[in-house]
Amino acid sequence: MNDALLLHRIHFAFTVTFHYLFPQLTMGLALLIVILKSLYLRTNNPLYNRSARFWARIFGINFVFGVVTGIPMEFQFGTNWAEFSRLTGGVIGQPLVMEGVFSFFLESAFLGLFLYGERRLGRIGHWWAAFAVFAGSWLSGFFIIVTDAWMQHPVAFLRAPGGMFQVTSFWGLLLNPWAQIQYAHNMCGAVITGVFVMAAVGAYYLLEGKFLEDGRAFLRVAVIVGAIACAVQIFPTGDIHGRYMALHQPATTAAMEGLFKTETGAPVVIIGQPDAESERISNPLMATGVLSFLIYGHTTAQVKGLNAFPKDDWPTNIPLLFYSYHIMAGLGTIFVAVMAAAAYLLWRGRLYSSRWMLMILLISLPFPYIANTAGWMTAENGRQPWLVYGLMRTTEGYSTHVNAGNGLFTLLGFMGLYALLAILFLFLVHRVIAQGPADEPAAEISSGKPVTVA
Amino acid sequence: MLLTWYLLVAVMLTGYVVFDGFDLGVGVLHLFIARTEEERQTLIRTIGPVWDGNEVWLLAGGGTLYFAFPLLYASGFSGFYLPLTMVLWLLIFRGIGVELRMHLDSPVWRSLFNLAFGGASFLLTIFYGAALGNVLRGVPLEHDGFFFLPLWTNWNVGPQPGILDWYTVIAGLVAVVALSLHGANYAALKTSGVLNLRARRVAAVLWPMLVLATGASLATTLLIRPGLLDNYRRIPALYAIPALVAVSLGAMWKFGRSGNEKGAFLASCSYLVWMLVGAAAAVYPNLLLSTTDPALNITVYNAHSGDYALSVGLIWWSFGMLLAVGYFVFVYRMFRGKIREEAGGHGY
Repeated sequence: MNDALLLHRIHFAFTVTFHYLFPQLTMGLALLIVILKSLYLRTNNPLYNRSARFWARIFGINFVFGVVTGIPMEFQFGTNWAEFSRLTGGVIGQPLVMEGVFSFFLESAFLGLFLYGERRLGRIGHWWAAFAVFAGSWLSGFFIIVTDAWMQHPVAFLRAPGGMFQVTSFWGLLLNPWAQIQYAHNMCGAVITGVFVMAAVGAYYLLEGKFLEDGRAFLRVAVIVGAIACAVQIFPTGDIHGRYMALHQPATTAAMEGLFKTETGAPVVIIGQPDAESERISNPLMATGVLSFLIYGHTTAQVKGLNAFPKDDWPTNIPLLFYSYHIMAGLGTIFVAVMAAAAYLLWRGRLYSSRWMLMILLISLPFPYIANTAGWMTAENGRQPWLVYGLMRTTEGYSTHVNAGNGLFTLLGFMGLYALLAILFLFLVHRVIAQGPADEPAAEISSGKPVTVA
Repeated sequence: MLLTWYLLVAVMLTGYVVFDGFDLGVGVLHLFIARTEEERQTLIRTIGPVWDGNEVWLLAGGGTLYFAFPLLYASGFSGFYLPLTMVLWLLIFRGIGVELRMHLDSPVWRSLFNLAFGGASFLLTIFYGAALGNVLRGVPLEHDGFFFLPLWTNWNVGPQPGILDWYTVIAGLVAVVALSLHGANYAALKTSGVLNLRARRVAAVLWPMLVLATGASLATTLLIRPGLLDNYRRIPALYAIPALVAVSLGAMWKFGRSGNEKGAFLASCSYLVWMLVGAAAAVYPNLLLSTTDPALNITVYNAHSGDYALSVGLIWWSFGMLLAVGYFVFVYRMFRGKIREEAGGHGY
């Protein structure tokens, strides 16, 4: 692999990984805020409105970071992956414009109204503003998933003379089955980030002995929604996604599972270190037959190993893919246990006084971010060595006219800038959490504070 | 069909310049016309609820370009790699500057964010002007349809120019003047009292500079690219466009003098629209000119994507943009009128 290609890959990987730390919380919180606003409308309990207002402040800050780190993503297709853009613009250009036209305009228009229009809009109007922001952000996620899903599982296209991909069916592209299952799995992951953040703040307040009423409301909503989301993340969404992948990207599945050789009654490796040179797993801890069962429904089925595929088509970084997948799946399993235990305690009425459970919820905060990142690394490393699965290799897609020196220049620039953004973000969110929920709508009509989007 | 999509891309980018243009102008001006923290807050409140939506025009415009003319998107974005990446960094600074400055009640913090906001806005206007200059001047396209431009070479308009040469620097300066004046007209429209007075005074100073800059840009463009008049010679009706630019300038002056703030702002919008339409009319059917060989030009004919995509695209694109225009009308209506300077002003 040459230097320029490697740099362009790291460039995209770094900027998109950093970017996605924000939208996952945006999308997760957007749903939770709509739930809180709905609870307020139903129960008339101002506690829920105060909670919604508190989370809207964090949402606003988070949203800004998502926007400013998101713009570089759309432009990077052209700047760093020009050959890919030239060949595939006729297909994935469509969902990318649709994202701008259908979701960004919607989101940006209603975000300001949602954050600062509570009095002016009234109870019902404000619920609709929250809903519009939710719809915009979830729609935006859908168009991005459609784009990625087409690269994972190209459908509804033809290749024109010269190799250009052209879309042949508008609905065929949007309703790509891969996109549907990936969307369900991904949005569920975003909700999991949202609920763990909400639960962690609630647990923190209770442990600190302040904002008790609000902390309990956060915990209640987060744990109930979280228990559902964590379960759905594994079954059915994760399960279907895994089986769909085994069907359409069998080499990827083999690499994810560390299955170097075709086996009947293939095992699931729970922990181990893939040794790509000698093509085996070191120090494996495994459960025989489970992989066969997960994919085909019976423990003796044959699962294709990597040796069934030409080496040229193997994912390029098998250990990284193996670890990403195992971290995602392992954390996902732990999340189910944590949320189930918390839900049980909530049901028994002991959650708010159970310090050890609150402690666990507090320290769980970073893990959904790690799981979501690892999930995306599984998807994108698993797609290698292809940009468009089976049709266009990663080596064919980057901007050959942008040399390694220029690539490194902008990569370092982004790294420095994003380090600054990360510090700013943590600092600002920390302040909001330290200040706690407030009874008055934020910086609205009478405060004299400047009113901006966030 | 290709002409339609060419126009739609032009509409999106023009929309971006007109809408985000005044955000940038206010960004540049706030360093000069706001003297106290209250004034600065009032000024920033004029763009606070709308700047993010205005910026979406750039994203949607870039996306439309990607969708309709993939070769142009790929070639242009990778060829302008360095300046485009810097634009992305500046957009980050601008966004952070607008949004986060009021989160801490500290003069030091705010000064830093003012600088980020003002400095980034200023540099963005230069970059955008220079970008348009590069498109009009052309770039050294190679046989594969790609190129890579260094930031500068010898500052001359030759076959191997840089992003910056004397011509594109002039284009950048024209953009600074035009967008600052646009921002001043907007600020005058949305503020009252001393800010309004200062904004109008700045507008009065900038107006003659804009007339000069417009003339200079026209003259230098025709000097380096006389071929850009070909479309005008073929279709003389197009000469209405420069006439409308002149009318807009005149109207801006007249409304500025008579204190018709809305008129002056609309004239400013119209000036930007007709300037860009004039450029778009001159370039068509080319999208990116080659400085070495006209046969290498990227045109609507060799850059477009598939027929099915483009014809179906017209349907959903129009529908989506209709919705977007609806949101814009709604938000700007909610936000109409002047920002009051004292605490308790309306706004939302």
